[in-house]
Amino acid sequence: MRAEAVNSEVHRFSSGGAALDFILQFLRKEGITDNPGAYAVWADCRFLDRFDRKQLSEKVPGLKFDFSRETAAESRIGITQMDWAIANTGSLAQNATPVEQRLASSLPLIHIALVATDKLVAGMPSLLTKINPTEIGYMAMITGPSRTADIERVLTIGVHGPERLIIIFVDEPGEQMKAANR
Amino acid sequence: MKKEFRESINKALHNPNLTGALGRFSEAYSASRIKAYEGIDFEALRTRIAELKSYAASHLEVLAELFTGNAEAKGARVFRTNSPEKVREYILKIARENGVGSVVKSKSMASEEIHLNPFLEEHGISVSETDLGEWIIQLAGQRPSHMVLPAIHMTKEEVADLFSKEVNERLSTDIPRLVKVARSRLRTKFLNAEMGISGANMAVAETGSIVIFTNEGNARLVTTLPKIHVAIIGIEKLVAGFEDIVPVMTALPRSATAQLLTSYVSIITGQIPNTDGSLKDLHIILMDNRRSEMAADPKFKQALQCIRCASCLNVCPVFRLVGGHVFGKIYTGGIGTILTAWFDELKKSEEIQSLCIQCGNCKEVCPAKIDIPDLILEIRRRLVKEEGPSLTQKAIFSIVNNRKLFHSTLRTASVTQKPFAKDGLIRHLPMFLSGLTEFRSLPAIAAVPFRDKFRRIRQPKLKEKAVFFAGCLIDFAYTGTGEAVMSILNKAGIEVLFPDKQTCCGAPARYSGAYEVAAQNAMDNIEALLIEDAGYIISACPTCTVALKHEFINTFESLGNGEWLPRARKVSGRATDFSTLLKKLVDEGRLTLKKGEHAGKFTFHDSCHVKRTLNVHGQPRELLKKAGFELVEMFESDMCCGMGGSYSLKLPEISAPILQKKLRNIREASVPIVAMDCPGCVMQIRGGFDKEGTAIKVIHTAELLEQHFE
Repeated sequence: MRAEAVNSEVHRFSSGGAALDFILQFLRKEGITDNPGAYAVWADCRFLDRFDRKQLSEKVPGLKFDFSRETAAESRIGITQMDWAIANTGSLAQNATPVEQRLASSLPLIHIALVATDKLVAGMPSLLTKINPTEIGYMAMITGPSRTADIERVLTIGVHGPERLIIIFVDEPGEQMKAANR
Repeated sequence: MKKEFRESINKALHNPNLTGALGRFSEAYSASRIKAYEGIDFEALRTRIAELKSYAASHLEVLAELFTGNAEAKGARVFRTNSPEKVREYILKIARENGVGSVVKSKSMASEEIHLNPFLEEHGISVSETDLGEWIIQLAGQRPSHMVLPAIHMTKEEVADLFSKEVNERLSTDIPRLVKVARSRLRTKFLNAEMGISGANMAVAETGSIVIFTNEGNARLVTTLPKIHVAIIGIEKLVAGFEDIVPVMTALPRSATAQLLTSYVSIITGQIPNTDGSLKDLHIILMDNRRSEMAADPKFKQALQCIRCASCLNVCPVFRLVGGHVFGKIYTGGIGTILTAWFDELKKSEEIQSLCIQCGNCKEVCPAKIDIPDLILEIRRRLVKEEGPSLTQKAIFSIVNNRKLFHSTLRTASVTQKPFAKDGLIRHLPMFLSGLTEFRSLPAIAAVPFRDKFRRIRQPKLKEKAVFFAGCLIDFAYTGTGEAVMSILNKAGIEVLFPDKQTCCGAPARYSGAYEVAAQNAMDNIEALLIEDAGYIISACPTCTVALKHEFINTFESLGNGEWLPRARKVSGRATDFSTLLKKLVDEGRLTLKKGEHAGKFTFHDSCHVKRTLNVHGQPRELLKKAGFELVEMFESDMCCGMGGSYSLKLPEISAPILQKKLRNIREASVPIVAMDCPGCVMQIRGGFDKEGTAIKVIHTAELLEQHFE
């Protein structure tokens, strides 16, 4: 509810397979093709372990797993797996030290953020006690899409970052999604 | 006051977009801020922030060392300096060594403070601000008018013109479309820049981390895409521990924009990978620029607790009218005045400090518990100490400080005003005084002052006695309020004493920074008021009550006058405002309000000193309701009326529009009576309604209640 209040779109699936089906369908619906401006980039994550990336790329041409910043900049959709979700502010948090995590979540117009349902914590204090900042070079917290109100105080979504944030909670398999990224 | 300064005020007041957009934001802000803080104990939170920031300000040296060690262990390079010039040189050196031709910046007040952009541009490096508001300001060649909302003074038409020029295409004023144009234009700059410059909201000593809050996502790109990241951080952003992030993170977005959290928070600890696999060149500049000196000043140290949320601007009745450009400097509003006095120089704050009306709104909402009004008074005091009072001030104070002369001047005035006075009001004054009655009528000075009336009133001899401190307005203009206080106290079995030697409470001198004058007033009053068998010193003027209760002590303390402190404390212990005492007497059954009366509807105006210094809010409302009046609350009942003592004489151009808002809010309550506990507010509001010909009764609570006791 808190996430939706800040213009995020929230979905929940009981299995990784169901989440994947939703994502692939979404990519097609959004017109992802193998053309600049229409790519989708999916940053390395544990969720992908059980799927064959090559097959996925064949299913949706234009979906890329190994990508440069130029490719990310030409992508319509970026997909990452987040490490935590924070209930009381509707936020997501991620160890975003690997640069592809930041590229995929900040350059495209749409950010799809996967998160394991059991990684939901109550609030920021409980999250900050769970992490060791000296082991995380770039801790990223995301609360809704990119926004501004700098022209006449009119709230406008999607300035420099994504204009849509789609959060996908996956209920299982918990173990496999525990650590989002390697 | 210089002509240019007055002109800049008038220009701002006549900029409809500024007053429109800023006014709307400010009016909506209070309610949305409260909503954002729902479920949070604000007092506990801000106490925690004040403590952790105050601790940091006391340990700047240690924390800077610790931060440097920890950040460098993680591969960052930390540069510490007191000098803005050295910051600029350092950045230029890095840029030159790495062949940097273009820089993208996310918001950094510290970089504005040292005028970094023009410096880099002069040296052939192109700099792009990427925060949308900052970019608009950069394209317009202006200065930000608000710390959080830099371009709030500009219309979408002006923005469309600027962007059209920038992209060589005629753009419409459709805001989402303009934002898209900015996105694509700046995206190219992001991808091509060799260096990213950011500020930071916190620097954590324990871990060497920096914390950055943004809504637009520009800081994520600034810290990700270029291979070099330079963070310019004022050393007051240091906090000791990682757990200190939470309270600041809880307060900053709520206080700044009434958000639970900004869209993005980045915590960066050391070097991170670039897109080509190399590690980022991370330079962290800890800039002092007189902050350590500030930390060593016992008064101003607390200003380093500031987390730059700008809530003091958002609730300020003056800022919402004039915006930030009037302040002429980087930091604006209440806290900006204080920072300018330090980061720039004391003298530079001379004019802008006079904008403060001392309403205390900012102090109430400050998430770092900074007593901004008090620090502005301290600036005034130091200015007067350094430069002496102005000639007008000197003339006035020489009269105020001589009670006999002061009182006889007022008596003479009551005679000379006769041609201008009608029904107890002065509606027009000739020549150079005309500005004073342009937006409100002034009360005529009473033909018989209260001190003379007092002697003619026959009181029963009663056992309990209380001293009445009238204050100038009740003594010489609103004598009826004094009579009401007396008659009610007599009914409660209290005999009123009026020591003739009481004089001005010293507030006018104090609020002008003339503490020596205020101290003399305090001494005269203390001598007059400390009468052995009188348990209470009662005042029906909150400014006087605040003087009696707090400011005599504070003035002596500021001047290092220990000798008078014990007696000042004695006065403070006995002093009480009328409503608080009255409520107590009613609760104790010593006074009984007539029952079953239907006295009609009223609205209540909370005077600044009553609500925020004396913490009196419910008492007068409850008394009036008990007396059979029906309360209708107005919008912003506790917003200043624009009087501010001599403020309305010094800055009538600001006082008048503040009053207009107050009058509108009272009118919109649709009631025949507005009550208040302050004769100064009565003067302002009654004068305003008289001028516009509105028949709403403006009355002091004491007078309204007088006839309602058994």
